[in-house]
Amino acid sequence: MSDVIARLEVLKTYKLYVGGKFPRSESGRVYEVTDSKGQWLANAPLGTRKDTRDAVLAARAAVKGWAGTTAYNRGQVLYRVAEMLQGRREQFTAEVATAEGLSAKKAAALVDAAIDRWVWYAGWTDKVAQIAGGANPVAGPYFNLSTPEPTGVVGVVAPQRGTGFSFLGLVSVIAPAIATGNTVVVAAAADAPLPALSLGEVLATSDVPGGVVNIISGRTADIAPTLASHQDINALDLAGAIAVEGPGAAAALEASAADTLKRVLRPAEDQSALDWTDAPGTERLLSFLETKTVWHPMGI
Amino acid sequence: MSTLAANAPGAAGSGLADVAASEASLRRFLHGLPGVDQVGLEARAATLGTRSIKTTAKAYAIDLAISMIDLTTLEGADTVGKVRALCAKGRTPDPSDPGTPRVAAICVYPDMVATAKDALRGTAIQVASVATAFPAGRAALPVKLADTADAVAAGADEIDMVIDRGAFLSGRYLDVFNEIVAVKEACRRPDGTAAHLKVIFETGELQTYDNVRRASWLAMLAGADFIKTSTGKVAVNATPPVTLLMLEAVRDFKAQTGVQVGVKPAGGIRTTKDAMKYLVMVNETLGDDWLTPHWFRFGASSLLNDLLMQRQKLTTGRYSGPDYVTVD
Amino acid sequence: MAKNKNVEEPVKKSGLFEYAPAPESPAAAGDIASSYGHFIGGEFVDSSGSEALKTVNPATEQVLAEFAQGTDEDVDRAVTAARKAFADWSALPGSERAKYLFRIARIVQERSRELAVLESIDNGKPIRETRDVDLPLVAAHFFYYAGWADKLDYAGYGANPKPLGVAGQVIPWNFPLLMLAWKIAPALATGNTVVLKPAETTPLTALRFAEICRQAGLPKGVVNIVTGDGRTGAALTAHPDVNKVAFTGSTPVGRAIAKQLAGTRKKLSLELGGKAANIVFDDAPIDQAVEGIVNGIFFNQGHVCCAGSRLLVQESIQDELLDALKRRMGTLRVGDPLDKNTDIGAINSAEQLARITALTAAGEAEGAERWSPACELPGNGFWFRPTLFTGVSQAHRIAQEEIFGPVLSVLTFRTPAEAVEKANNTPYGLSAGIWTEKGSRILWMANRLKAGVVWANTFNKFDPTSPFGGYKESGYGREGGRHGLEAYLDV
Repeated sequence: MSDVIARLEVLKTYKLYVGGKFPRSESGRVYEVTDSKGQWLANAPLGTRKDTRDAVLAARAAVKGWAGTTAYNRGQVLYRVAEMLQGRREQFTAEVATAEGLSAKKAAALVDAAIDRWVWYAGWTDKVAQIAGGANPVAGPYFNLSTPEPTGVVGVVAPQRGTGFSFLGLVSVIAPAIATGNTVVVAAAADAPLPALSLGEVLATSDVPGGVVNIISGRTADIAPTLASHQDINALDLAGAIAVEGPGAAAALEASAADTLKRVLRPAEDQSALDWTDAPGTERLLSFLETKTVWHPMGI
Repeated sequence: MSTLAANAPGAAGSGLADVAASEASLRRFLHGLPGVDQVGLEARAATLGTRSIKTTAKAYAIDLAISMIDLTTLEGADTVGKVRALCAKGRTPDPSDPGTPRVAAICVYPDMVATAKDALRGTAIQVASVATAFPAGRAALPVKLADTADAVAAGADEIDMVIDRGAFLSGRYLDVFNEIVAVKEACRRPDGTAAHLKVIFETGELQTYDNVRRASWLAMLAGADFIKTSTGKVAVNATPPVTLLMLEAVRDFKAQTGVQVGVKPAGGIRTTKDAMKYLVMVNETLGDDWLTPHWFRFGASSLLNDLLMQRQKLTTGRYSGPDYVTVD
Repeated sequence: MAKNKNVEEPVKKSGLFEYAPAPESPAAAGDIASSYGHFIGGEFVDSSGSEALKTVNPATEQVLAEFAQGTDEDVDRAVTAARKAFADWSALPGSERAKYLFRIARIVQERSRELAVLESIDNGKPIRETRDVDLPLVAAHFFYYAGWADKLDYAGYGANPKPLGVAGQVIPWNFPLLMLAWKIAPALATGNTVVLKPAETTPLTALRFAEICRQAGLPKGVVNIVTGDGRTGAALTAHPDVNKVAFTGSTPVGRAIAKQLAGTRKKLSLELGGKAANIVFDDAPIDQAVEGIVNGIFFNQGHVCCAGSRLLVQESIQDELLDALKRRMGTLRVGDPLDKNTDIGAINSAEQLARITALTAAGEAEGAERWSPACELPGNGFWFRPTLFTGVSQAHRIAQEEIFGPVLSVLTFRTPAEAVEKANNTPYGLSAGIWTEKGSRILWMANRLKAGVVWANTFNKFDPTSPFGGYKESGYGREGGRHGLEAYLDV
């Protein structure tokens, strides 16, 4: 086959997603992303500690507005993400297929599941308080009500193993955190960041306010420890902490997070055995919440 | 100062004369006013904001709004030239249509009063001057009074004073009251007439609606001719709910004392649509008695051009653009 | 003036700022057919009978369309279609049912202007309300229950709760599309199929909703609409293959249905009449209380089962409050429902107008003092001025019976205990309102009021997440919220 082709494709420049904008890394560096067979796919920005810090600033700035919007409105926004993803199903199918080395058919099923997962969480926004909160029958003339509130900024180490990790897994860790009103800074899967970076483009056009989701690609060993030690992050989801030793290992990250008593969701014991198509349950949804209980006397 | 308090015009003949007799009695009165439910007040203002003002009603409201504008420039960079240009704009808002009403007043800093007065000679347009160390109000009382007297002497028809928000928020209501009374005194001219006194609360700094209601009554009891929301110099200026609350206060004050007080929302009112919402609130809260520049004003600068563009649209049937109104 | 009976202020000369007409275009309602059949098994079908009813625009008395009087055979066809659809629908994964309901919610949002205008035309309620209240709530209701469809395991009714089967639903004319949403959304989310009968004066939005079901690709027979009057409703609730009956309407009809279902295995939920007390203490935020009273009784022409139709005001502020209330009532704009500035539209039917007229006449005859603000009413159509009765006692019919119109009865009380006693002194128990700045008193009162919904410093607020329903003769079962699922689950 000749090297000369009828029409040259236009390649996409993948960028970070921070504060609703698409910056290049402040490092000015990229790294090569390959498919499962080692073929070059694209260059991804090599996000740094400073990129991560900028993302935390953006996430913190977005908390007040996002947590303050009505649960109904958050549900509408999450459903809108599903709508927009449906229209880009083919693109994500291609990206997932190359990222995870799957057939187009299998990849498409995973993308469909990811779309449905947004719908699942869209329905949770205004129901969490109804299953995780409630009136408490205290023994006295008091009204007493507990309600869940978002924790704040959640640092997320995106899944790097398991069936569907690159996109369905990613959605499965972002959506529950933001459904309840948290904002997130996501360390994208280092070897398969393209679906994550493309997701940023979908979020940017889905009524998700800038800063609610921030996505950084690069070396997990740089980004994850920055998240774990950052004093303005309230919780950590270590779903994709795969390093067995060093500062990026789950135990090290958890220990670092302990300095500011971050809430930590530990990774699965065997991440490779994970199947992200499994029903998600409510563990993640309920992990990044604070329960607030209000007392008030009853009397004339 | 207590004699001044007892002489405050707003308190005359209403059984409220003793309210400001002491710090304690004033506090008791202000804290005894009915509370304001934030959610309910804001919902009411929002509902009134859905009124649909069309055709003849819109034409009426646009002209009324123009005639109620205190066309304002309050910048450190103000010059004689800038003030003259603004006065010319106030006299002839739309050179292409001589039927366009004139604005109610030109609002400037005290040192520009003489310039404005001169530029408006021969018209009924009032010269309003901010005073009392506007906008922060952080100066000693003698300075504030001198500031006021200076503006009045230069020919100001109206004085827009600021209250001492620090004193108000720390609960020193009588200090605020007495200061208003004193400024009102300083508004007097040698011939026995007096400049109209508008009292600015800076509602964005008072924060709560309960505070705004208290400040309204306090100012009216002290003799304010107008109560005004804001300086236009802080993050939150006039809003529909805060203005609605002040409209309710002047309504209740008139019902109780017979004294009518005007209302001036200022800052942040930029579009015809905004102005319509305010006029609807006046109409449905106070009615005809207040639908005149004598009792309701807009403190604004960019609002005028938007009103003019909408006015041109009603006349010509075409949407206007910023190049078809004058920039001053 | 105050001493005269039957006071109506003279119509005021026009003010300085008169709002020009701002009518919504009737054309926005889309095409209204000259006659309608039923919607059964996914198709628009003719009735087996020949009897047709007419629906009129209550603001003009013009006939909008003819529609079928559903026969026993029609009802049977619809129930059969629903039964046939039930097997597949209930077996569908909850996540798929959810997506149908999300689709419906979205299409309702997209077509909300059309539906709002159509509702105003058919019902007489002001476009401001259909646009800003009814339609947003309809969409929100479908959106909310869509989310439950795949989360029933978490709803507190045990693992894998089962649907009941075919639901027969009969709804009133006061919020036609909203009541449809309250009925259909939870039924479908839980896996039931439905046959719904809209009220005989307001069938049009339900029939338009059938089109939305088709646009959403909803499987045939999952939603069936059969029109007609009470005879059709009775045939539906009596049908032996209906597993669940849901009724919103009057207490007498609800009672008859409860008798009819006695001894059957059908599950029943009823949302019936009310005579809510709106209780105002002397420390209330008074301007907001006035708004709440106005919204409580004049919203939707008072055609609201939870309307705050009894104002209980503390004696110490009675005069001040009533002055403020009368002044506010004077600004209410009564007239063309399609005018965007109308606050009070048309009474839904001649029959309802006659009932309101008769009850208000009884109020006067029993010695209560009647007052209405000045307002001109249109020549055609069914209209009733916003009306206030003072000097009302518990024994008066206007303090006991549901008027279902823009008529407020004012009573007084002296202490919180007396307010509770008077508020509860009714066979109804749907809702209540409390106005005071004192939080602990709100909760003390709420604790003692026998009402399914208690609003404090607000009134007539609705949300899909919030359960709604009554105590005593106001019915049983709850609609909305997590609790609303129970009525459609075999638990």
